Amino acid sequence: MSKQLALVIDLNVCVGCHACVTSCKEWNTSGEAGFMSDDNPYARDPTGTFFNRVQTFEVGEFPNTQTVHFPKSCLHCEDPPCVPVCPTGASYKRAEDGIVLVDYDKCIGCKYCAWACPYGAREIDEHQKVMKKCTLCVDRIYDELLPPADRKPACVMACPTSARLFGDVHDPESVVSKAIRDSGGYALMPEWGTHPANHYLPRRKTEITLHRDELERVDNPLKIDGKLPKPDSRAPSLDDSTSW
Amino acid sequence: MRPAFSVIFLTTLIGAGQGLFVALYSAEYGASLGLWAMPSAQYFSLGCVLVLALLGAGLAASFFHLGRPERAWRSASMWRTSWLSREVIVLPVFMAAVAAFGLVHHLRGAGDLTLALGGAGVVLALLLFVCTGMIYACLPFLQEWHTPLTVINYLLLGCTSGFLLSTAWAAAQAPALLVTAAAWTAGATLAALVMRGAALARNARLRPKSTVQTAIGVKHPRIAQKAQGFMGGSFNTRDFFHGKSISWLRLVKWGFLLLVFPLPLALLAAGAALVSWPILAAAFALQYLGLLAERWYFFAQARHPQNLYYQAIS
Repeated sequence: MSKQLALVIDLNVCVGCHACVTSCKEWNTSGEAGFMSDDNPYARDPTGTFFNRVQTFEVGEFPNTQTVHFPKSCLHCEDPPCVPVCPTGASYKRAEDGIVLVDYDKCIGCKYCAWACPYGAREIDEHQKVMKKCTLCVDRIYDELLPPADRKPACVMACPTSARLFGDVHDPESVVSKAIRDSGGYALMPEWGTHPANHYLPRRKTEITLHRDELERVDNPLKIDGKLPKPDSRAPSLDDSTSW
Repeated sequence: MRPAFSVIFLTTLIGAGQGLFVALYSAEYGASLGLWAMPSAQYFSLGCVLVLALLGAGLAASFFHLGRPERAWRSASMWRTSWLSREVIVLPVFMAAVAAFGLVHHLRGAGDLTLALGGAGVVLALLLFVCTGMIYACLPFLQEWHTPLTVINYLLLGCTSGFLLSTAWAAAQAPALLVTAAAWTAGATLAALVMRGAALARNARLRPKSTVQTAIGVKHPRIAQKAQGFMGGSFNTRDFFHGKSISWLRLVKWGFLLLVFPLPLALLAAGAALVSWPILAAAFALQYLGLLAERWYFFAQARHPQNLYYQAIS
């Protein structure tokens, strides 16, 4: 089976620090493909092109709420709806590793692919007038000038809590496949049959289950809970030297 | 979705052009069967100029939709998979057929050649309606568009508009055709009213398949967005929200229902009775305004699932 590179994002670990966002932007705005537009970055109404966003959702009703930080980027669908609609062939899915890419030299900026993506993963660059999206750092992961440990997407390298895993989801022994299998990895909006390659790991609470009889010491000879009376200072002690 | 005016003008203008061409060809076909006298060569040749003007204006409008219009030629390449690419191919071929049909009428008059050329043109006009409609109907998660009614309505509304223009054209150039053209226009308008009404009724009862629960994959009935990742706007917040109130949407809906169907029908009856092309032309112009509103509403009504990720700034 062919390769399908993807990210697995652990929502149980993500702290919403946006390090993946800034690292992604820094790497991808500095590459050969050209800058990623930023307008009014330090003024009113800042806007710009990003491949990756971290959003925050509150689940539940106060006081029983959980905060879910939710990083969102292109999911590199196995059946990407954005690719067949492209009139120029600028949007394509690589056969060798399953990465969905845009050829910026062919894109005419008609935005039809953005309409065809249910996840809103594509953003038009307001200055280059072409559609942009996550490339899975295709210019990084195959760069043999980098040490092998660094041949990972910039977001994965930046994550301080290792909430982002990177690998081949078609290889059952890869770290991502194991994480999906063992930790209940799931895909977003499965109702559209896009089969996203990226998966998310759910929030997991660590809980201990106590039964009523476990709250009482069964080996308590006096059937009394609480502190025992302090022994007399002259009384023999366990180690024969101190009593208290 | 935020309605794109370039696409609104493209689809309404070429729709009127296609409808008018179908009407021109029907006039020749009916005459060749002996149903009525053959209209003058000028009726066809100048009529084709009118069709080409509408199609050309639509084509020009479409370029304003592109970020990189100088690369527009590339969009013909993916016709195997993309309805947009198919539209890009069929539109100029249809224009060529219209030009050839008009030119042969001008040079040699009606005959077997014009019947054949016009027949090909009508097939291309219908194909173009299918391509235009399928661009929207083929996207499954835009549930308001993902229905055969989308294609049917592009066809019927285009024919309504073009047929209405053909009545004004007949009143000016071939008054003998006027009653038949008016009858066909009324029929097309009523059919379009039924089908557009059906689409409105269907969409009013749609339940979105995607929810914020499926969007982030958390099973809980109460999920509220607290941050979308940025404070300013982005492409996602600009291009997928129409930003108008519900009451404005309702106003546009009733506005287009009034402007596209009953008002032009009343003017059509008056114009046909008086054989007055200015009244019929005014009916066409009024209905065209309504069609602009109809197309605006068509886009604004579609709720894109990506909007689930952009419910709150912070």
